[in-house]
Amino acid sequence: MHIPDGFLSTPVWAALDAVAAPVVGFVARRAQRGFDESKAPLLGVMGAFVFAAQMINFPVGAGTSGHLVGGALLACTLGPVAASVVMTAILAIQALVFQDGGVLALGANVLNMAVVGVLAGYLPYHLWGRGRGRRAAIFAGGALSVLASAVLALAELLISGVRMPGPALSVSLGLFVISALLEGAITMTVVSALEGIQPGFVRQPSTGRSFAMTALGIAAVLLAAGGVVFASTSPDGIEQLAIQAGIHKPLAGYGGGAGLAGIALLYVVCLAAGRVTRKRST
Amino acid sequence: MRHTAVEEWSRGASPLHRLNPVAKLFPLAVFLAALATAHRELPPLGIGLGLLLVTGILAARLPVLGVMLRGGVVLPFSGVFALVSWLAGDPVRAIELVLKSYLSALAVLLVVATTPVPALLHSLERLGVPAFLLTVAQFLYRYLFVISGEAYDMRTAAAARGGLTFRAASGALAVLFARSYSRAGQVHRAMLARGFTGRFVPMSPPRLTAVDLLFATLAAVAVIVLRVAVERLA
Amino acid sequence: MAPVIEVRGLRYRYEDGTEALKGVDFRLQAGESVAVFGANGSGKSTFALHLNGLLSGDGSISVCGIEVNRKTAAMVRRKVGLVFQESDTQLFMPTVIEDVAFGLLNQGMAPEVARERAGIALDQAGMSGAAHKAPYHLSAGEKKRVAIAGILTLEPEVLVLDEPTTFLDPPGQRALASLLCNLPQAKIVITHDTQFALAVCTRAVFFEDGVVTGEGTVREIADRFRWASPAC
Repeated sequence: MHIPDGFLSTPVWAALDAVAAPVVGFVARRAQRGFDESKAPLLGVMGAFVFAAQMINFPVGAGTSGHLVGGALLACTLGPVAASVVMTAILAIQALVFQDGGVLALGANVLNMAVVGVLAGYLPYHLWGRGRGRRAAIFAGGALSVLASAVLALAELLISGVRMPGPALSVSLGLFVISALLEGAITMTVVSALEGIQPGFVRQPSTGRSFAMTALGIAAVLLAAGGVVFASTSPDGIEQLAIQAGIHKPLAGYGGGAGLAGIALLYVVCLAAGRVTRKRST
Repeated sequence: MRHTAVEEWSRGASPLHRLNPVAKLFPLAVFLAALATAHRELPPLGIGLGLLLVTGILAARLPVLGVMLRGGVVLPFSGVFALVSWLAGDPVRAIELVLKSYLSALAVLLVVATTPVPALLHSLERLGVPAFLLTVAQFLYRYLFVISGEAYDMRTAAAARGGLTFRAASGALAVLFARSYSRAGQVHRAMLARGFTGRFVPMSPPRLTAVDLLFATLAAVAVIVLRVAVERLA
Repeated sequence: MAPVIEVRGLRYRYEDGTEALKGVDFRLQAGESVAVFGANGSGKSTFALHLNGLLSGDGSISVCGIEVNRKTAAMVRRKVGLVFQESDTQLFMPTVIEDVAFGLLNQGMAPEVARERAGIALDQAGMSGAAHKAPYHLSAGEKKRVAIAGILTLEPEVLVLDEPTTFLDPPGQRALASLLCNLPQAKIVITHDTQFALAVCTRAVFFEDGVVTGEGTVREIADRFRWASPAC
């Protein structure tokens, strides 16, 4: 789900932009590997592929059809780091050229879809992609990538105070689940077809280095979630979320100053985390 | 697949087109931030900002109705949320969602409709966006229409045969993937053939002239003055 | 006089094991234009990719006296200008001027000088108005002209063109033929188009299943291997 501008409250979009910037910087450096930019054309062309792939309709029955989102597919063919860069480039082009997703909201959309979405898409494959549950792992990856990014987007909207009464929420979640299952199915069948053309396209899930990526991904999610919660100066949104989630104790007593301090702290922590992990990987 | 309308608009020659992209991005950021942080007097602010944008569209010698309609791509999405908000008893939020999302999209559209995408992406490097990411985006955009064209042909051929089954669609995507991957390999060879060393050597970015700085300042000031005035006068 | 290109016993095998070239011998003299005919899959394009070191097989290739291997590849690529069949592969930069300047910038030329040289090359190709266009907006003939401009600006000694008339309409083909005839460089033109070859080249070789099975004038080879366009 591409969040347009005007939906997220200022603390939310600002905090997420502040978190996304160093994360994107880190991922871009990792993908580039030192001074070699020769992978850029491959990543760019595969990004164009994902765009173009939206034109191929997958019939789902009852006259409706869906299309590939692509995060999980990219992750198990190009690797999660490259996939993240490609998805970021896609989101940037979508926001600027097609006004699909806001510009201030890019940080949020990038974190949701290009970071969390890609990592969630890769994780099952990383864990179970070698054994007999391979196809199931790929299916799970596709489904999780869509589900994770959609749920995160929904949470950001709720915290921003966008109204989502019970029935609307249920319908949204229902749609997310259907999209997730569809993405899982499409990713799984396309990967199978790819292996039929050339087995080398789908890479073996690697060990070691991607663990750092996984850890970073989880950290990014926690930081983003934490940042959004602590930086938000609209207690109503939190209460709304809490009430809808069944927790009735409203969080009380924090104001705008604390929010800004939270954003600043968050930015520093992310920058530091980015520098530390870069030193470890070089 | 035909080029988008935005592509054609961006190849114009108005004064707005000739400005340095950075001179357009700065007031855009101010515009978006001013709109996003506004919570009071939204209707008059919206009208004021809308008029500013229409002035820009006219100065860019672009079709006003066409551009304003194109900016409406965001409306189905925000419209649904606005409706839900309205029905949930929050009409203020509903208006806010529609107004802000539309005007923001229109502002971005105005900038992109007066700046060719390659130039726009190059200018983002000056603003700190990682060069590698921008290079990827450049290649993405370069081959977007080429590969979309291939997908379009596949779809047309499939339609002639009565549409694709789920399985056949997967096969089509896999073929498109393989072709794209192979094309990337050929591009790499073509790069090596002309001496690519692993680094893209940039051409020098366009200079910021006095006109650029003047425009950027005036446009940003106009937005801020508008916002302050609307809130004061109300 | 020493040949500009000399190939001896070139063999090449793809990763999947198929032998694409099975011992090719070939010679190109300075200033001459040679047409390369042969069925699809006979090894013509694979052969071309060896001439600037993009592929490396067994046997020997020397370009302007330099033996082609991994270490000399960069130097050889300055001597041999390869024009790929697909212009969308050749023109990979976002705008025309950036593409024409690409090779110059890689050679270490200062950006301002490279821009100027690229501008001159575009003028000579009759494409000066297209400098800031995206390649996607050009016609097939225009793309081919830009592609050649991008190669000529590097001042190679040999031009290798892989099926340059594909996608070109007759006026485009005539314009290309006339352009090539006026260039002093030695040329290798891989083509199916006998008429085009007659206009541009003096000599021809015939590729068949990974080896050269015939050599002579364009007319002789076309007749011997019945390589003219169909007529009912």
